[in-house]
Amino acid sequence: MNLEISTQSVGLIIFIMALVTLATRWGGVFIMSFIPINDRIQRFISAMSASVLVAILAPIAIEGDLGARCALLATAITAVIFKKPLVAIGTGIITAAVIRQF
Amino acid sequence: MSNIDQELSKLNNDLIWKGFKSLLPISIFVAIFGAAFGLAAIQTGLDPLSIISMSTFVFAGAAQFATLELWGQSVSLIPLLVTIFFINARHILMGASLYPWLKNLSPLKRYSILLVISDANWAFAQQAFQNQKQGLGILFGGGIALWLFWVIGTCLGLYFGSVIQNPTHFGLDMVMACFLLSMVVGGQKNLRIICIWIAAAISSLLAYWYLPENSHVVVGALVGGVVGMLLKDKQA
Repeated sequence: MNLEISTQSVGLIIFIMALVTLATRWGGVFIMSFIPINDRIQRFISAMSASVLVAILAPIAIEGDLGARCALLATAITAVIFKKPLVAIGTGIITAAVIRQF
Repeated sequence: MSNIDQELSKLNNDLIWKGFKSLLPISIFVAIFGAAFGLAAIQTGLDPLSIISMSTFVFAGAAQFATLELWGQSVSLIPLLVTIFFINARHILMGASLYPWLKNLSPLKRYSILLVISDANWAFAQQAFQNQKQGLGILFGGGIALWLFWVIGTCLGLYFGSVIQNPTHFGLDMVMACFLLSMVVGGQKNLRIICIWIAAAISSLLAYWYLPENSHVVVGALVGGVVGMLLKDKQA
């Protein structure tokens, strides 16, 4: 099966993209409304939300270029020391930018 | 407990406005990335009206960039569906994680707020709830800020995109990653959380290397969630 949509019908493509994306935005809460919240589910949910971020970041930290890895390292260190997210993010971006100039 | 939850689920114009303002700094970076998308989309051959509608109605940066990779004379439906779904599947987990607070709202409000859930406002709202603060204003107001700047950025990119032709060179691709990392570091830390993080990181990496593309976030988050379910809190 190989369904092709011509890029002439760009409106249809955007509609499909929007629909799938909306399904993911609504899906989690919709599913949860059928699940009774007990202690185990509560623990699952809170652990999962901590894990989403780590799961996004792990491949960037290991497989990213030197600039990306140093940026994350710099962000982590400044976040621990200064406890100010914006300072940490700024330091990270500048680190990546400086390293990538060479 | 439920009284506290009711209080934390409060949502009014004041809280939404505060949330909007608290996400403004990061929104400016989002606008720069929106501009990079606008430029990339023009170069791929999309017309301006389509590009702006895509940013307006889809509002998912990574998925939109990935769609440009699939662009040609035509787009294959199945790869498009699979790519968009898996890149955005993290929204399912993010929405689910906020259910304990969203459930106190009427369905109309609940699903309206979710229209704008994305990485940054979710991470911020999540952190607020962890610290026993009201987070729905951040989720909704912050989401509106991110959406607005994403669309504005896209428009600017159509005309001034060449100024930032190479955002990677200036480290701008790292904005979201650095932001999310600062959220991780700022969150609570104990032995249990660290075990969960390690499980999530290892499973995410294994999925990244050995499973189909874009599956690593979902795999890592679910494995971390299961580990968290099995490890009970040891209250000191």
